[in-house]
Order: sequence, then structure tokens, then C-alpha cells
Amino acid sequence: MTAAVLALTASGLSLVFGIMRVVNVAHGAFFMLGAVLAWFVSEWVPGPAGLSFAVALVVCPLIVGAIAAAADMAVLKRLNYEPEATIVATIGLLYILEQAALSFFGPDARPVPAPLDFRIQLPWFGYSGYKLAVIVGAALVLLMVWLILKHTKAGLIMRATQIDRDTARAFGINVDRVYAGVFAMGAGLAAIAAVLIVPIQQAHYLMGGDPLLLSFIVVIIGGLGSLRGTLVAALIIGLGDGVISTFFAPTLAKILATLAVGLILVLRPQGLFGKRAA
Amino acid sequence: MTVDRALFLHLGLIAALLAFHFVAPAYHHTNIARIMVLAIYAMGYNIAFGYTGLLSLGHALFFGSGLYAAGLLAYHADGTAGIGLIAGLLAGGAVAFALGLFALRTAGVAFMIVTLMFAQAGYLTVLYFGSYTRGDEGIVIPKAGRMLASLDLSDDNTRYLVALALFAVALLVNLWLARSPRGRIMVAMRENEERSRMLGYNPYTVKLTALTISGLYAGLSGAAYALMFGYAGASLASVQYSILPLLYVLLGGAGTVIGPFLGALLMFYLIDYASSITDAHQFVTGVALVLLILFAPKGILGTIRERGLKWLP
Amino acid sequence: MANKSTPLNPTRRSVLTGMAAGGALLTTGLGARFAQAQSSEPIRIGFQLHRTGIGASYGRWYERTATAALNVLNEGGGINGRPVELVFEDDGTDPKRGAEVVEKLTTQSNCDLVMGTLFSHVVIGSAPRAGELKVPYLVCSEGHHVASGMLNRWTMQPGITDVKSQVQGMAPFVTSNLGKKITMIFPDFAFGHDHRDYFTAAVAAQGGEVIKHIAIPPTETSFTRYFPQIPSDTDVIYHVMVGPAVLTFVKELGEFYGSGARPQLFGFIDSLEAVDINSPGLEFLDGSHFWEGHPRYKQADASEHEAFYRAAVGVDDNGASVSDPADIATYAHMFSTWETLFVIKHAMEAAGYQGPADRQKIVEAIEAMTDFAEGQAHPQGPKTFNGKTHQTFGLQSITKVEGGKLVRVHQTTMEDGFYPDEVDYTTMSF
Repeated sequence: MTAAVLALTASGLSLVFGIMRVVNVAHGAFFMLGAVLAWFVSEWVPGPAGLSFAVALVVCPLIVGAIAAAADMAVLKRLNYEPEATIVATIGLLYILEQAALSFFGPDARPVPAPLDFRIQLPWFGYSGYKLAVIVGAALVLLMVWLILKHTKAGLIMRATQIDRDTARAFGINVDRVYAGVFAMGAGLAAIAAVLIVPIQQAHYLMGGDPLLLSFIVVIIGGLGSLRGTLVAALIIGLGDGVISTFFAPTLAKILATLAVGLILVLRPQGLFGKRAA
Repeated sequence: MTVDRALFLHLGLIAALLAFHFVAPAYHHTNIARIMVLAIYAMGYNIAFGYTGLLSLGHALFFGSGLYAAGLLAYHADGTAGIGLIAGLLAGGAVAFALGLFALRTAGVAFMIVTLMFAQAGYLTVLYFGSYTRGDEGIVIPKAGRMLASLDLSDDNTRYLVALALFAVALLVNLWLARSPRGRIMVAMRENEERSRMLGYNPYTVKLTALTISGLYAGLSGAAYALMFGYAGASLASVQYSILPLLYVLLGGAGTVIGPFLGALLMFYLIDYASSITDAHQFVTGVALVLLILFAPKGILGTIRERGLKWLP
Repeated sequence: MANKSTPLNPTRRSVLTGMAAGGALLTTGLGARFAQAQSSEPIRIGFQLHRTGIGASYGRWYERTATAALNVLNEGGGINGRPVELVFEDDGTDPKRGAEVVEKLTTQSNCDLVMGTLFSHVVIGSAPRAGELKVPYLVCSEGHHVASGMLNRWTMQPGITDVKSQVQGMAPFVTSNLGKKITMIFPDFAFGHDHRDYFTAAVAAQGGEVIKHIAIPPTETSFTRYFPQIPSDTDVIYHVMVGPAVLTFVKELGEFYGSGARPQLFGFIDSLEAVDINSPGLEFLDGSHFWEGHPRYKQADASEHEAFYRAAVGVDDNGASVSDPADIATYAHMFSTWETLFVIKHAMEAAGYQGPADRQKIVEAIEAMTDFAEGQAHPQGPKTFNGKTHQTFGLQSITKVEGGKLVRVHQTTMEDGFYPDEVDYTTMSF
């Protein structure tokens, strides 16, 4: 469950990172924004929880994507995607988005009803049916992303831009538009992940921190821009944490897991699936 | 001569801060003392990032090492401030050296994440040993531990002058370093690692030295913070405190000696002023950051240097 | 203001005074610093507020409650006939900024004292500065930091009982009504450790036993994997999770046990402050018990003062804002800002407070207090104040979730919460 949503969030970051070489510190804020918008949708759309959930699933990524595209065109493009400058700019963006959420949404954690409500009772413990649905949903979205990247013209253009921005431009590709699109898509993926998770986790204006950190780890461990690596790393991190914590005190387990991530990178700086000299 | 101009400027800053001591309103007096301590941290960060090109997200580990070396000594072992400052300095340097041994095998984004991970592990370690550190709540440094020989660091005037003394030493060492051959090699490493390697410099050693010096600065700053403001808590070792010096440096101007101080100064008063005019002060801070990076991407001093004052170190 | 020895620089203040007198520096901060307090001038009380950061839910209600108390106070003639102002300043729920805010309120905003902090790490980060500035610092935190003796003569907690006393008061009810074998689930940081240490000891004193401690790392967002660690012979699960993840915690606990047999649940309302008890997913809490410092739902036997307090703050009988029933108050804690403000009034009047030169008298006046009677100034109930430990002690409520409301089933006595003094602040110098 954790792994599935993590994979979705991280794949958004991975796209942005891989294609644009931009470290997007505001990625967690886009995630938060998706969850917060899902709450607004659930308040405003009447009828059963399932309906508002479906609406949220469409509307939230679009709004978040639009905000991201606007930010890209207004700010990041003008910075020429300089790594250090974009870090500062996205930190600024993070502050702005968090403040907006605090001002319009408030400081409380707010629950969003789950679209389906059944529980699988196993002999020794129970498991929520919705969580299984989330895993399936996340897998479907990821499959779609993969199909878009590999088998559509848009995907081809994105990959071309990733490999060589200048050559792509020479071939008449509007790189600015591709970048805005990729940035929006990355943010949109984070928003979808948030809509999926919010019935389990509640919307809160500071909820973006942990997903950001975890996504970063997943993306780097998986290898820059490698979607497959991102998936495998998400599985390892999402599940590995749980395995370690059965043997050690939870906080000690976190320490060990964190150190392990650091050491993996020291041994394989290009990540598990990255190409050399990324 | 250009050399004199630069030295004059830095001595002038120190003199101005000394003069400020006599005329400052109480509130700003303490603020500047605090900013000078944090500026030492930012200068350390700048040595790694601004000069050598090492973008670390784990400096809170070095700051925290200094903070807790001084704090725990005073709290559990009745250490005094002199011992605390030295312990903090050494702890920051030693931890940076140890981390550098591993982390410097990576570069770029991987280096960012490795340092981030180790710092996060350090933060969790502070929580894990909660029976000694009181975790997130933190500890109050006893008054006896805040005595530097006969100087009482909890006294406003003494604190300011000791902070100024530490700041002045840190600044002048930084200036000397930036203009020394070693400093130029560091910059060369940032600009073109391959070429410096061909010229016979070992990038690993140069970077390790820079990171260790950076750690010494951060550790000293952490220890000074604990002893001067009487508190050590886990939040001061959290990831925000790794991002803080990065912001200071980028704002003031990476690769300039005064930039970190200027950045710390502006950032503090930006937040302070914003919170007095609106409840939504994070918004103001965010917008200011975006505008600054759009219109002065090299930081304030970096932009000034580009536009004319080429001699600025 | 008492001038301490200034070994490095004895001349700073004289230079400053001379320049100010010469009119060389007429900045607002400096000018105001030398203004003499007139007896008709308003009394300014600085309020260190968690407006942003993790404490923002609490901060919003602390601000509303304190503002309501201020209106009542001013309508009743203020303090010593002088009007009172509150100066709110955001600390971002951060200890470093907290110390800066104490500084700002004291030296820049010219407040007579500072109050209102909730989160323990902000209190502990700010208290040393308050002590150096020699400004009374009255916290509303429920932490044991004041009574444990780690702070200083200027820091006091007259408005709310500390966690050690709360936990100790709960233990007899838990062991005699819910069960003797207890599993504790708590966050792995200082707040959780306080619960772990004090509750485990208090349960042992009652003949019960805590059979398992489950410490959850603070960065956790999912809890399912910890529940299999709960021993099957557990009678009671004691939970004190805090922060936005708490709803997840309760839901997942519900999923884990389902509709089958489960241990009794006892929680601290801190888990669900500002959260509607009827939120989707919380049905699982039906029939479970909570500690509440001040019952959120208006009880059948509520006093007239309670009703007055609710009306003044703008809280309905369900503990929600009168203007928005979905806006749930942090009811179990926020009364402390109200009561603290009235303690300040009594202390300043008892001390004949004139201006900042009399700050020490405020501390001495509060130290001399022993009892607060239930009334408009103390709507949560009567309290005993211990001048030596700077800590107040009040009555605690245990409520049960019944039909979507929290109904009181037990109230502790004052004696349940007493423990031997750990410090005598009155012997410390100012």
C-alpha cells in the first residue's frame, strides 16, 4: 500500500527530474494540494462518496497540473532551469502553497470519506478493502504513464527532450511547452497519489514533507529518470521499512533504513537502474 | 590595490558591528548576536557549497553535532563554555570528515541525498537517545555551563561581543582561505573538476578538506548557539536547519565571504517583518524568495560582483 | 530593571542613554524603551502564538479563547483600572523562533509579560531567554517541564495541570474499571516518553501492569504493521498519538480489530483535539474512554460559568464553533489561556503593578497563591496552585464515547493528581 502510493508520487518526481533535471522541492506541496483539493471536492459535490471521489480524481490533478505549468512558465523557465536557482524558487513555491493551504483550508487535519467501505477479515487480522483498491488504482495509473512515455508521440518527444534538449529544439520541438507539460504531469501524478491516499490519511497542510523526502530517496535509489528503477525502489523502501521494524525498535529501524539508503548510494551513486555518469 | 580594498571592507564590517553594539536597540542587539552565530554556520556552508560546489543537504548534522557536543557536556558533565566551544568545533569537523569519507564518493544529486540521509539518521539518533537528549523537547543548558572563563554568555552584552569575536575570526579565516592558493583550488574544483585533476590536484582530498573545514564552522556555530541561547533540541538538527544555510548563502551570494552574513541578516528580518504585517507571513517569504532568484539569481553580492565590483572576494 | 554585571562593556548603556537623551536616535524601539509608563496606559500582555507550524490547530483556538477572555476582562474594568491589550506574535511552533518572539514581545513591543505557549519544545527553547530578560513567562502547555525544575524562576504554569499529574490521576480509574494488563502506544519523543514513564509507574502503584510499550517513530504515517505487536492478553490499549496522522492511527486500529473482540481503549483527547469524534472511520471509538482536561461536549451538570465561558468564546454545546459546526475546538486545553489571563489580573492587582520595574512582584504574587475557586475566572473548575513548583493542579475528567458524544463517567479528586515536589523555585534567585 505504502509502496504503491509512494511509487506514484515518486514517478512524478522522477519524470520532472529525469526529463528536466529539475529538483522540485515543491513536489510534496503539490501532493498536499491534491489532498486538500480532494477535501474541497468532497464538501461541494453532493451525492455518494464514490461520485465526489471520481470527480476529485479528475479535477484535482488538472488543477494542480495547471498551477504547476503556470509556475514553470512564470518562474522556472526564466531561470533557465539552473539547478541551484530552481531549488530556491521551488522552496519559495513551497512556502506560498503551504501558506495558501493554511489560509484557505485551515490548520486542522480533515478526513475525506472513502468511496468504498469494506474490510477483508483474515483469521489473525483485518485489512481494508479500500487499500487494495488503491494498490490496483496506482498500478493502473503507472501503467498509463508508461504507455504514454513509450508508445505515444508525446512520450517520444519527452524522451527526445530528455536525451538532448538542443537537438530536440533543432528538430522543431517546442521545448518550453514540453517542459511545462512534464512539470504539470509530474505534479498531477503527485495529486492523483494524494487523492487516492486521502481517505486513509486525511488532508493536512503540512502533509507534504514526508512524501517529498521518500520520493527523493526512491528516485535516486532507483536511478535518475528510470521509471522502472523508481518502481523497484519504491517497493524496496515501502516494504523494507516494515521488515526491518519487526526486528528492531521502530526508531532504531528508521535510523538503520536511512543509513542503508545512504550507503547504497555511496556504493552505486548512479542508483540501482541508472546509467553510469548520469 | 585590490587586496587592500577587500581586507578593508571586511574589517569595516567588523567595525560596523562593533559600533552597532553601542547604539543598537535591545531587540536588534540580540538579533544581530544570533545572526552572527548563524552566519558562522552559513559561512561554513558556503565553503563547501559556494567555493567547492558541494551541494549538501546534511549540514544540520554538523551543526547538531556541535550543538549537542557543547549542550550534553554542559548538561551531563558540568562542562564549561570554553570546553563546549572546542568540543563543538571538533565534533562538527570530525563528523564532517567521517561523512565526507563516504559521501564524497558520490557527486551531484546523489551527494545531496547521501548527506540528507545521514543527517536524517543523526536527527533520529537524537530522538532515539531521548533519555540523554530529551529528544524533541530538548534541554536547557545550565548557567554554570554558559561561563566562558569569567564571561557569562547569558549576559546580553557579553554574548554580543563574544559572538562578534567568533564571527570576526570566522570571517577573516574565510577571507584568508578564499584568497589562498587552497581556496583557488577549491574554486577550480567547482568550475572544472577534470581539468584540476589533470593539473595534479586530487579532487577527493580537496573536497574532503573543504567539507571538514565547513564542518568545523558548523560545529562551532552549533556549540555557540547552545551556549549563548541556552537551549539544545532536536528541531535544531532537523532537515530545515540543513536548508537554512543554503538559503542564506544563495540569498547573500554563493562564493562570497560576506554573502552568508548578508543572507542570514536579510532572511531573519524578512520573516520578522513579514510576520508583523500579516498573518500569512510565509506567503511574503515565499514570494520574496521567488522574486530574488528571478532578478538576482547569483544572490545579492554575486550580482553586485557581476555588475562591477569584480574584486569582491 | 536590575542591571547585571557587564564585564566586557560597562559603557554600552551609558552611551545609549546619552545618545537617546541627545535626541540622536529617535527610532520607535528606542524611544519607547525610555518612555515612562503612565498609570492610565494599557497593560500589554504578549502572547506567544502557534499561528503556523504543527501547532496551528491549537494556536487558532488559543487566540480566540484569549481574545474572549480579554474582552471579559476589559468589560470588568481591566487590571487596576487600566485597559489591557494582547499582542499576538507567531512563533511557527519552533523553539528558535520562540525565543526570538519572547525577545520581540518584551523589548520591541514593550509587553509587561509573556504568556500562552503550548508546545513543550517551544516552552523549553524560550524559557531561558525569558529568564535572562527577567520577564514573567506564563505557559499554557500541560508539560511537566515547569514542575520538573528544569526551567527558571520566571516561568510558571498557573492555568493547566501538568501531564504527570493528569496521568497519575487517570491510573486508578483505568486499573479498577477497564483492566489491569495494559499496552501503551505512544509517539517516540518526549511527550510520549512522559506518558510512558508516569503512567507505567502510576499503574504499578495501583497493582496493574503495563505489559507492552509500543513507541511509534514521529515520522510514521501508517501504523498497521505495529498492531500485531499488541499482546493478545491485553485488557486495555492506552493511546496518546498526536499530530495529523492520528485519524489514520484510529482508523487502522479499527481495521485491525474489526467488529470482533477487542481490548478496552483509553486515550488522551490530545489525539483528537480539533477533530470531530463523528468523523468517518472513527466509529471504532464508540464505547471507548478518553481523558479530557475540560469536557468538549457540554455535560448535563455543567456550571453557569461553563455556559458563560462557552458563549464568550463562541463554542456550542458540542465543542464546535458557533459559526461553523465542523470547526472543532481544542477544548481540553484552551481554557488555560482564559484562566491564565485572570491569574495575571489577580497577581498584578495584588502586587500593585505599575510598570516593567514591578515584574518581579508579579512572580512573587503568583507564588503566594494557593487556591483558585471555580468561577467565571476559572470555568474549568477549582485548582490548587503550588508556588514552589510553579504548577497548578486541577480536576480531570474521564469521558466515554456514547451516541457520538463524549459523556463524563468519572472526575478525579484534587488529591489523585498530587505528587512530591521536585523543585522549589522560590529558593532560586531572580
